[in-house]
Amino acid sequence: MDFRFNDEQRQMRDAVRDFCVNEVAPKAEWRDHEGRFEDGLIEKLGQMGLFGTYVPEEYGGAGQDVITYIMTVEELSRACAATGILVSAHHSLCVDPILNFGTEQQKRKYLPKLASGEWIGCFSLTEPGSGSDAGAARCSAVETADGWLINGTKSFVTNGLQAHVIVLFAVTEPDNPRRRLSAFIVEKNTPGCTIGKVEKKMGIRASSTTELIFENCLVPKDALLGERGRGLHVALATLDGGRLGVAAQAIGIMEAALETALNYSKQRVQFGRPICEFQAIQWKLADSAVAIAAARALTYRGAWLKQQGRPYSAEAAAAKLFASEASSRVTNMALQIFGGYGYCVDYPAERLLRDAKITELYEGTSEIQRLVIARHILNNPEWVRRG
Amino acid sequence: MDFDLPEDIVALRDVVRRFATEAMRPYARDWDRDQYVPDELVSQLAELGLLGILTPENYGGAGLSYLANAVIIEELARQDGGVALLVAAHNGLCLSHLNLAASEQQKRKYLPKLTSGRMLGSWALTEPGCGSDAAALTTRAEPDGSGWRLTGHKQFITNGQRAGIFVVMARTDPQGGRRGISAFIVERDDKGFIVGKKEDKLGMRSSDTVTLDLEEVYVGPERLVGKLNEGYLDTLKVLERGRIGIGALSVGLARGALEESIAYAKQRVAFGQPIAEHQAIQFMLADMATAIEAARLLVYDAATSLDRGEDIAAKAAIAKLFASEIATCACLDGIQIHGGYGYTRDLPVERYLRDAKLCEIGEGSSQIIRMVIARELLRGRYVI
Repeated sequence: MDFRFNDEQRQMRDAVRDFCVNEVAPKAEWRDHEGRFEDGLIEKLGQMGLFGTYVPEEYGGAGQDVITYIMTVEELSRACAATGILVSAHHSLCVDPILNFGTEQQKRKYLPKLASGEWIGCFSLTEPGSGSDAGAARCSAVETADGWLINGTKSFVTNGLQAHVIVLFAVTEPDNPRRRLSAFIVEKNTPGCTIGKVEKKMGIRASSTTELIFENCLVPKDALLGERGRGLHVALATLDGGRLGVAAQAIGIMEAALETALNYSKQRVQFGRPICEFQAIQWKLADSAVAIAAARALTYRGAWLKQQGRPYSAEAAAAKLFASEASSRVTNMALQIFGGYGYCVDYPAERLLRDAKITELYEGTSEIQRLVIARHILNNPEWVRRG
Repeated sequence: MDFDLPEDIVALRDVVRRFATEAMRPYARDWDRDQYVPDELVSQLAELGLLGILTPENYGGAGLSYLANAVIIEELARQDGGVALLVAAHNGLCLSHLNLAASEQQKRKYLPKLTSGRMLGSWALTEPGCGSDAAALTTRAEPDGSGWRLTGHKQFITNGQRAGIFVVMARTDPQGGRRGISAFIVERDDKGFIVGKKEDKLGMRSSDTVTLDLEEVYVGPERLVGKLNEGYLDTLKVLERGRIGIGALSVGLARGALEESIAYAKQRVAFGQPIAEHQAIQFMLADMATAIEAARLLVYDAATSLDRGEDIAAKAAIAKLFASEIATCACLDGIQIHGGYGYTRDLPVERYLRDAKLCEIGEGSSQIIRMVIARELLRGRYVI
């Protein structure tokens, strides 16, 4: 049993961290204020191989493992949470299902360009009327002689503006509750597919979150991803991996928060001493460190299980639930350490708090995660003593 | 990275789990009521090798790792927190200190007695006037010929009622502060050594906790453990390592609360369905399970790090703090899920809570633990 990165993973971590410190972190504040990614960022991330970390080399990826990938999301998010989710939504939610459910043809067509970042990917399940209740989606895909005709509105699509490739979930059998949805690979420039509303958000403001509107959008027959009628299965299996990514994002945010609060507390003097000498501050620092350690343990264990090809849904849900809720607590503590300055945009604390909140919401709200975990332990009570 | 327990530890875990279920679970309530475990239990623990878990085999121990120790303690605590504490204090405090600092001669004399279960071991640091502020201890060791005379009082000493051997910390240099404390072996029959009052406790009642009175107890030079005036440094190491055990103990208790709650919730019907179908219950179960998963991983991380010889001051503190605090919460929720029945002694959940609370206090209160973590962060020894 060993909780450490191996040498290769550690080296990659050092390289990625270096990149993040120099190329990603400096503009985090700018991205938040501007509400967008700067020109050239995606290219830089692509050159680092960060859009295809665990895509096999034969498909143009970096051929690394899931643990390394989760590490990249953690490091990116520590530098800039919006950049973290740009990569995570792309890799966990678009690349991953094509890797796992795609035909050889689909993999060869899409993975190389996705892995290099030439194309950016996104995942589109949610609709205005169905978030947690994903199975109640209404966007339809009707089979015709010439392909699938898609109609409907999707909402809250991360990477909506940047994406070239959409993993889309639509209803192919409205009256069959068990086989209602199917998954598709849709190219965003297909006629009939347009971007609708672009959300203005509390946090991760540079990350684009958009509606996608499908009006008689015709996609080829071979756009079907996986088996017809197995769309919900594809979505949920994919979300398991996505949850690890969001957990990693939450961890990165917490690490940034603790680091900045720790440094501030060492130099801010009140009552004749640096405030880090007061227990009230020390307690927040300690509790933050504990939360981060716990979140990392849960998340990397989930990543390891995924890498092993073992079931990991419950573990991923636990990691995401814990890390996300912890990130709201930790960023709040960090802001408190900054005192009044923490409330001002000149200091990073308030942005970290605003960024953290989303992790409790997307890719399955905390409530959904609790349902997943509860259902798992009620059906498998021996899980709690498996060690 | 590898998150699987080694197969031999899984096998050991299953043995201990079966023992705890068959030989402890049926009696835990009585032991809690009577504040006593029978000698037979101690013999059984010895037979399983549980009284020499970390001690090298050539002294009669099982020669196992800290990871194995954590797994064992969790399994014992799952059924009886006090028994787990007896084992944790014997192995993780007394034997740990001897393994760390005793001379070859001392090891050959005492370790086989302890590992065989002929004697239980105890460890005495805390005093009426100093718990968290341990370095301010006042039990003094005054030179007498080539030995010392120990005089003072110790408080909250686990296993004291049964132990044959005590590692006692005393001040050998009145001006020395932390560098003026030494550790001594005191034997139960030493003249002037009195095992005093047994505490009537909220929980961990099957584990005895006593006061000790030392009235000019003479100990010869062969009783000094480790270097003169450096006992406190050894003490800190012992505590650090012991915290991992308390973390594991906490995980066991929390898991007990969860397992009992899952079983109960599936069969208890309210509003036409098992209460396990209600979100309010599901959410508590999910939170308990998540917290236990994280706590166990933190304990295992600290244990495997220690097995590799790494500095674990921060990791052990983090594991103990998190596990003990979530255990109390989990046990509270465990009672809640059981409703009114959870409030009675008929069911074990209320005992788990009473046992769990100790874990936030002993071997470094949560407040001291936070100080340790903060210090490691501020000094850059634990880096995020």
